[in-house]
Amino acid sequence: MTESSSQNANVVVECLRSWNPQAIAEVIELRDETTIVLPRELLRAAAEHCRANAKLQFNLLTDATCVDRYPVEPRFELNYHLVSIPRRDKVRLQVCVSGQDPVVDSLVSVWPGANWLEREIFDLFGVRFNGHPDLRRILLPEDWEGYPLRKDFPVEGFRDVPSTSDLFKKSSML
Amino acid sequence: MTTVDTVTGTAKTMVLNMGPQHPSTHGVLRILLELDGETVVKAVPDIGYLHTGIEKSCEDKTYSQAITLTDRIDYLNPLGNNLVYCLAVEKLLGLEVPKRAQYIRVLTVELQRISSHLVWLGTHAIDLGAMSVFLYCFREREEILKIFEMFAGQRMMTSYIRIGGVALEPPAGWRPAVRKFLNMMPSRVDEYEELLTKNPIWVRRTKDIGYISPEDAIAWSMTGPTLRAAGLAYDNRKVFPYSSYEEFNFDVPTRTESDCYARYLVRVAEIRESLKIIHQAMEKIADEGPITAEAPGIIPPQREKMKTEMEALIYHFKIFTEGFSPQPGEAFVAVESPRGELGCFVASDGSPKPLRVHFRSPSFINLQALPKLIEGQLIADVIACIGTIDIVLGEVDR
Repeated sequence: MTESSSQNANVVVECLRSWNPQAIAEVIELRDETTIVLPRELLRAAAEHCRANAKLQFNLLTDATCVDRYPVEPRFELNYHLVSIPRRDKVRLQVCVSGQDPVVDSLVSVWPGANWLEREIFDLFGVRFNGHPDLRRILLPEDWEGYPLRKDFPVEGFRDVPSTSDLFKKSSML
Repeated sequence: MTTVDTVTGTAKTMVLNMGPQHPSTHGVLRILLELDGETVVKAVPDIGYLHTGIEKSCEDKTYSQAITLTDRIDYLNPLGNNLVYCLAVEKLLGLEVPKRAQYIRVLTVELQRISSHLVWLGTHAIDLGAMSVFLYCFREREEILKIFEMFAGQRMMTSYIRIGGVALEPPAGWRPAVRKFLNMMPSRVDEYEELLTKNPIWVRRTKDIGYISPEDAIAWSMTGPTLRAAGLAYDNRKVFPYSSYEEFNFDVPTRTESDCYARYLVRVAEIRESLKIIHQAMEKIADEGPITAEAPGIIPPQREKMKTEMEALIYHFKIFTEGFSPQPGEAFVAVESPRGELGCFVASDGSPKPLRVHFRSPSFINLQALPKLIEGQLIADVIACIGTIDIVLGEVDR
């Protein structure tokens, strides 16, 4: 299992390296999963290469998601999970984006299925996607303020809720 | 109601708001339909009415506590959600689950698949006007829920699959109960097929409706029965086996017509395949054996041991006050849910709470291709198309 997946990883890494020597910033092998960290500028071109290259054939973009590593910078880490159905292979593309300038190229032109996935990331993390045809909030109301899946957004939200100790004080006064 | 000009400007069209309280939208889906007479020119789905922020809540719970939240994502497939989350955390921890627990997981998840397909079949049929199928489907689903109640003490929000294994030893009398179900079910599936497969109304309402080409389906990241009805045998249980699925003998039903009728046939065939898997799982599950992995500090110790061993008591206290901390890293696991590829992405920063939990929900992703299915079709077929992709709004909005 480990051997075959690392062999497959070599195929992806080799293909991307021979396509553009600058394409790969880092390769992480962890628990049978290959993560290829890409420079932000090359994301769309590398994704297109992964999809179209006859040796790779990553035809299915299965998932795209974001991790907020606040207060570490660059705080946003975008993960794209690709599957090649003909080759029975998986790979994760990763791009790191800073909090000051959370913009990355959209992959809708490569896989139309990226549309809602990117809208969800925009909605919950506030990362913007260059070239997205319809970048609107998707799960939250249009007038919602803030990006709730960011780490500096409290779990209970910003509503004006009395703290538990205030409630205790109140009840002991009664 | 507003009237707007079409893109071409040659005809007048009307915008119709469908949902979010429309019964055939299977929950709280809202679709804005631009109509030219009865033909749909443009469709824009609007979701988020059931958004409960489960992914955010998971970040504030320990790894074990988050399991109860996963039940509520896809409420027709709680065991599948438990499974994918536990597999992802187990991957982070590097835990090896004993075979017996893996087979019990397979058994329960396949029962869940049947029950989910039964709800789908019943509601899809009722949407298209076949009332009686709904009653039959729910009759059999009830039997499955009774089995779940035996196993987990819960009919729906089971939380039965836990990190490292399953919550409880299978109850006394589970074998006869499951066997009774297996003996009953094939003839019941025949019954549904008798009611629908050659029914001229059903065939006319579903055949050649909601076509999507296999290329488009892949490009739009569609998975599950929708993709298999387009001719691609992509099933995670076969392609990337998990939980010992590689040891089971079953087929992946596919069709090539890629219409609502083909998707119906694929799902009915899947019920029969699941029955095969349950048969084999029953034989594989030994009467004795561990149901959880050997991992002190992660799996709560047995009650008996807590009374005699100090370490067990300490571990118990630590697990329930502080939790456990996987080493930093990320894991993505995908399983085959009744609706398609259900994925779970877990990121750890080395603390007892997950840094990020993300669910790749098949309903959400399949739903975005809905306009592709319905644009150019009649408004009555919109209902058939919503039903056919089998969405669960809890999973769409999370």
